[in-house]
This record gives sequence, C-alpha cells and structure tokens, in this order.
Amino acid sequence: MSAAPTPVAPADGAAIETVDLVKRYGHTVALDGLTMRVPAGEVFGFLGPNGAGKTTAVKLLLGLARPTSGQASLLGRPAGDREARRRVGYLPELFRYQAWLTGREVLAVHCRLAGLHRPAWGPQIDAALRSAGISDRAGDRVGGYSKGMQQRLGLAVALLGDPAVIFLDEPTSALDPVGRLEMRHLLHGLRARGTTIFLNSHLLTEVERVCDRVVILDHGRVVASGPLADLLSERHLRVRVTGLDRPAEEVLAAFGPVSEVDGFVELHGLDPERIPDVVTTLVAAGGRVHAVEPRQATLEERFAEAVGAPNPVADPPTPNGWATTSAGGQER
Amino acid sequence: MIAPLFDIAWLTIREAARRRLFLVLILITVASVALSGWGFSQVREALLSNADTTGGGIEAGGVTGELALTFIFAQLLILVTFMFSFILALSAVFIAAPVIAGELESGVALTILARPLGRTTYLLGKWLGIALLVCVYAALSGIVELVVVGALTGYRPPDPVFALAYLCGQALVLLTLTILLSTRLSAITAGVACLAIFGLAWIGGIIGGIGTAIGEPTVAQVGELSRLLLPTDGLWRGVVYHLQPREMLLLLDQAGPFTAAFPFVVEAPPPTSFLVWALAWFAVILGLAALSFSRREI
Repeated sequence: MSAAPTPVAPADGAAIETVDLVKRYGHTVALDGLTMRVPAGEVFGFLGPNGAGKTTAVKLLLGLARPTSGQASLLGRPAGDREARRRVGYLPELFRYQAWLTGREVLAVHCRLAGLHRPAWGPQIDAALRSAGISDRAGDRVGGYSKGMQQRLGLAVALLGDPAVIFLDEPTSALDPVGRLEMRHLLHGLRARGTTIFLNSHLLTEVERVCDRVVILDHGRVVASGPLADLLSERHLRVRVTGLDRPAEEVLAAFGPVSEVDGFVELHGLDPERIPDVVTTLVAAGGRVHAVEPRQATLEERFAEAVGAPNPVADPPTPNGWATTSAGGQER
Repeated sequence: MIAPLFDIAWLTIREAARRRLFLVLILITVASVALSGWGFSQVREALLSNADTTGGGIEAGGVTGELALTFIFAQLLILVTFMFSFILALSAVFIAAPVIAGELESGVALTILARPLGRTTYLLGKWLGIALLVCVYAALSGIVELVVVGALTGYRPPDPVFALAYLCGQALVLLTLTILLSTRLSAITAGVACLAIFGLAWIGGIIGGIGTAIGEPTVAQVGELSRLLLPTDGLWRGVVYHLQPREMLLLLDQAGPFTAAFPFVVEAPPPTSFLVWALAWFAVILGLAALSFSRREI
C-alpha cells in the first residue's frame, strides 16, 4: 500500500466537531453527550470497547443515522451534509461491496456517485487500487475476493477523490500482519498529505503508532482524551526491594503516591531524574534493591485504566493461567 | 438529483443482468410462448376436426362458427395472460424485495449512502431500474405471445397496447408496495407481505364480483375497497377488457349481472376515476417509501 501522490489541502480549524452528541435507540443509550474536536490534518484514534458507541458516532457524522440531540459538524458543515460528504471517504466496519461487479467497476460506481469528473476516474481508480495493493485483482469479480481483499477494496473506495477526511472503522480487522504494516505506511502517507484520518480501532498498538490524538469512549461517554503524547506521558517506576526497616509507602512518601503490586513497589508520575534518589533512599532504609523498572504508560494500560478493565501489565497471561507477578526487569 | 437517479437505476439493471435474470427470463418466456403456441394450435385443430366429424359446428357461450372460435381463443389468451401476470407480479416482488432491504442488511448500502447522494434519489433510482426491467420484459414477452397466438389462431385482441399497459401497471403496483415495505422490513418479510396483500386483493375482487352478481351492495363494496387499497385487481380487469373481443360485451349484456363473479370477463374498462386514483396511489406509496427511507437509521 502506498499513498496516492495528489496532495489534499487540510481544512482550516476542526475537521470534525461534536458538542453533547446524544444518540438513543429506544431505551439504549449509544452515545451519551459526546464532545470532541478533531483538528484538520491529524490522525485521530477513536477507541473504546465493543458497544462503546464508536460506529454510532461515525454513522451520525456521515448522516447515516440522526442524533437524538446535540450537534455535530464535518468539514465546517452540519453532519450528514451532502457537500461535506463529497470530501469524505469511508471504510465501514461491515465492508461489503457488490459481489457481481469487478473491483474496478465498484470503484467506477463510487467515482460516479462521488461526482468526480469522468476524465479523472481512470487515474483515481488506478491510484486507489495501487494504494490498497489490489491492482492485480482489479478485473476480478468482488464475489471471488477473500475477506482481506474486500477490506482492501473498501480502503480503495475510501481513498477515491482524495478526500479531506477518511473514516476508517476497524480498517485492519481482516488484514494479515503484512497488510497491517502496509496500512500503517499508507496512514503515514495520508497524514503527510494533510488528510484527516478518523481511525476507529481495537488494535491499540496500531493506534499508538500512527495517531496524533485519541478519544477513549465507554458506554457512550468520553472517559479519556487528548494528544497521544500527553496520554502516554505519565511515567511509572517499579522497584523490587527487600529488607526495608519500614513499610515502602513510608520510606518513599516524599516521592508521591506509592503502591505495592505483586511484590513490586510502584511510584506513579515520577520524574525520571529522581530515580537515583529513590534508590538511594531505599538503600538508606536498609533495603536491598533487586530490580528498578522505569517505564512509560502504554496506550493499552491507559485504555484499561479508562474503561475500568484489568490492568494488562499487572495481570499478564501465562501458559498455566493468569500470573500474579510481573516478568522482566533488570537488577541493579 | 437526476443524474445519480439514473446511475442507481442503471446499476440496478446491470445487477439483474449480471445475476443472469435476463437469461432466465428469456429462456422461460421462449419455453412458455412455445408451449402455449403449441397448445393453441392443438386446440384449434381439435375444435375444427371435431366440428367436421360431428357436423355440428363450433359453439361457445351461445354463439357459433368463427365468433365461437374467437371467444374460445380470447378466453385461452386471457388465461395464459393471467398466468403471465402472476409470473410478472412475482418477478417484480422478488426483484424489488432485496434491492433496498438486502443492501441495508448486507452493508452494501453503507458506502453508497455515505456518498453525496440523497436517500430519495437512491430509492427512486432503484424503483426506476426495476420498473424499466419489468415493463420492458412485460412488453417484449407480451408482444411475442400475442404475435404467436395471432399467427396460430387468427385471434388479435382489440387493444393489445392497453392490455400490456395495464399488465405493467399491475406489476408496478406490487413493485412500489414492495419497495415501501422493504424500507422497514427485511427482504423476505417485505416480499411475503406484499404477495399476501396481492392475494388478498385478488380474493377481495372476486368477493366483490360475487356481491355484484348476487345483488349484495355491501359484499360488492369489498371489491371496491380492495381495489382502492391495492389497485392490482382493478388493473387486471383492464387487461381482460382489452384482450377480450368487443363482441363479448353483447354477450355479457345479455347474460346479466352474474358474469361479474368471473375475473376473466369484464363488461367495462376501469373508469377514469379509478385510473386517477391508481396514479394518486403510486404517488402516495412512492412518497411514503421515500419518507420512510429518508427517516430510516442505517
């Protein structure tokens, strides 16, 4: 996969904005006051567990569903506005295309519906096919495509017309590891061109590698949001120490909140420059320091923390079940 | 709105072609026209041969000779057309039921409706595509059948163009109702519901005819009501009127009101008021379909 060469000028200000967006289906609340802002030209990660309301939000923005209340805008126009949809690409989570058409014909249908000028169809279709990596199967009927091929076709459809905003709903769910790597390169290429990417994904490591900003949604509410760098800036220090003459909490009280997890002493939000001071304090209190693990929070941890799931680091799976101690670490 | 409407219509027609619908319909039409043509010629030969053998001539409905032959072949043609209209109605329902509901269920509609395309344009485009398919098929196969029957039996209906137009109208009514139902129901449910309503309207028309025949106005109103709710039965009577020989009217006049109970003979064409109502019905049902679809959560 490689990004098409035609540049797209980013829209000024926010590409997407929602204010108190609410969507109810009967008694079920799918979105409960979603307020977010996606700056133009950024890769925006929209995360959340199953049923959090992610796909609902995308459908509201594209006008496929109507909000119960609240406001949403896309490229400066009300969500669902036809003019805004001219500049939008969409790869749905449920990607299905006309099985009786060839890949190239599906793209031609979308060129027509997107209102692209006829002379541009050929170059646009070729570029989209190349970007999605399915040029060699373009003449085959979609009915004969594998699931991964269909998802690639969906990506090609979303890329047509050099959209200003692309919504990708679980875009790598059917791709193999090579396909995921190609997708990452494609997203980097699109971002370099100034395309706003709204990435809805469960694959947190993928999101971590490409997104500038994320929102974590749970039960229709935003539970964490902000630039990815800020979300992951919090640092932890894990220390395994024995022989202390007093409880670790008391010894390290001056360094901030301290907790004991699985035999490790954990310090949250510690400035890395103070790590030697921590070790010195522990030794002065009679401690024998076996391991010191300075680490940055991962998106997976922040996600688990935000949605109230078990901490992925505290409870790593083992062949024999769920371990209670952390693995790794170096002894100083 | 116009260009995308034709785009969707063309896409619908292409889908039918790619799914080999044309091929199957052509094969079935050729087979049925050949079979009915053979049947007509056999009946003609048998009647003439029987008349020669017995020396009693041909008699039907109190008339004899060539006119009797005309009545017999007109009735046979109407019976064949009835079967054809049934196939056409089923085809319209089966093609229409999945075009919207199926695309919504499968997810194909998601990316299409995310394009700068109005929901009404999408719906009308689908309707137009199937309407063209159904009408072109009805016209071509109807013309072939009438030409073959005319060549083999010598019977030519007085107004075949009107008959075919009413036939198309009947199929379009079912197509439109199916489209409306499929904006809210699954493809299977919409198709089954539409066929059930079609059957009920047909029975309603028969009951109404019986009411007229026995002079029971309340029962006769059942037929009127069913024709208003679903104009298929009224349009079918238009088909019959334009396929039967004009001499039949004299015969029906003499026979009295009891003939109203039979759906294969008609005394008068559908009145203008009914045709106006049928057009209004189309507008209302299509409007409801567009409204329902535009408010549908995808």
